[in-house]
Amino acid sequence: MIATMQDHWYPVALASKLTRSGRDTLLLAQPIHVRAEASGAPVVTCDGRVLPVLVKFGHVWTSLGTPAGDVFDIPEAHQPGRRLVEVGSVKVRCSPLRAVENFLDIAHFPFVHTDVLGSEPHTEVERYEVEIRDDVNEVWATKVKFFQPQAARSAQGGITTEYMYRVPNPTCSVLYKTCPPRPGEWDVITIFVQPLTETTCEVWPWMALYDDDSTMTQMIHFQQLIFLQDRSILENQLPALLPLDPGQEIPTRADMLSIAYRRWLKRHGYTFGAQLVAA
Amino acid sequence: MILYDYVLSPSCYKVRLLASLLVAGIDLRPVDFHPGAEHHSPEFRALNPAGTIPVLKDAELVLTESGAILTYLAAVNAHEWLGHDDPEMQARVANWLAFSQRLTASAGAARLHDMLGFSGDIDALRVQATDALRELEAAIHARRRRGGIFLAADRPTIADIACFPYAALAPDGGVSLDSYPSIRLWMRAIRALPGFIEMPGIHRLHEQMPEPGPMPDVVRKESA
Repeated sequence: MIATMQDHWYPVALASKLTRSGRDTLLLAQPIHVRAEASGAPVVTCDGRVLPVLVKFGHVWTSLGTPAGDVFDIPEAHQPGRRLVEVGSVKVRCSPLRAVENFLDIAHFPFVHTDVLGSEPHTEVERYEVEIRDDVNEVWATKVKFFQPQAARSAQGGITTEYMYRVPNPTCSVLYKTCPPRPGEWDVITIFVQPLTETTCEVWPWMALYDDDSTMTQMIHFQQLIFLQDRSILENQLPALLPLDPGQEIPTRADMLSIAYRRWLKRHGYTFGAQLVAA
Repeated sequence: MILYDYVLSPSCYKVRLLASLLVAGIDLRPVDFHPGAEHHSPEFRALNPAGTIPVLKDAELVLTESGAILTYLAAVNAHEWLGHDDPEMQARVANWLAFSQRLTASAGAARLHDMLGFSGDIDALRVQATDALRELEAAIHARRRRGGIFLAADRPTIADIACFPYAALAPDGGVSLDSYPSIRLWMRAIRALPGFIEMPGIHRLHEQMPEPGPMPDVVRKESA
């Protein structure tokens, strides 16, 4: 069971910010060291062992095991004209899986991101579609609609935003949402989570946006503002480990995506940061 | 007036909060503190050699300490927020402005450690933060016993704004506020001020529920 978790790719640094001296951090509770060689190429070691490494979406990715392939792709992110936003990491005292699940939650917008991503009384989550796509082994939610007062840094006033959510990796999620300046395209907003321990994680948000007006710093600040509103909530969620078995919580229709995510994790034996038996 | 601002900085938030409470217009110039470390850049150090935020620039005047910025904003816009009614009040405000630096150096440093991975002796920082919060709790408790709630006067002053953000965000650094009832009531009084604005981790007061009316029928039947 542990083997499958070890074989995934995990984000451990921003490639552009990596130094020669590097940094000590944790991955799945194992101490690792991430640094740049003289050439700038990243090196990740664990107890003297050199780990697999690659750079994608601005981040350094590594694995404690033997990954089957490349880091998942986000084809839209390669479209010309997008601004690639390296938001930087934030540490959170919560299960890495809870950080992903919160990212997938639609119902919290009016209460946690009040007057930005949601507002009262526009709290209803309309029915949306969820599926576990077996051909690509990913969880998807589509046809998600939500009224948002300020959907993005580039949004002028409130709009009904459309979303698609995608979970291509147990600790990563990609969100596609209505792009205010370009109605025909989707903005790409991701959350890459580095599991430190079962109850702590480092979160690396990254975005590929169409926005010709905001400065890079303004876009970073917008996303940090949003994520830090989540952080104080995440640190108070109980139980700390994400329950994968039903019994402890009563989900509603708005939680369909969360249920699919938990079911998918359980099917793959992804238990780092999870609890299996209902208390 | 231009505020060199970082959205997650409690010290920058002090300035934004006071400007909002005083309905004083300031222009924000975002600084890429994290992950860009723009405050260490040569351009920024030319403005503030200490490489710290916030910085307030008003024509030729450049202020780099949040206490001085709060003092200036109040002096320009709303003199009563300075708390200069009498020598004792004035000295109390000065004392709290200085005290707020202890919260920054302890609770603030613990928060940067826990949140953004800054270095520091986290256990020592939390002990220092707890010491400072206990002192704040005792002082507010004493004010409450005399019917007040604010730190230096019967009304809010820059003393409250200087101490509020790092106290309120102590949980971000792993220091709980559960054992400080007076601090929590004081924070509530600040959050209830007209013009209050939030920052991540410091929430607005939710509107109070209406007064409870007659019990609904179904409940009455069950309890009968």
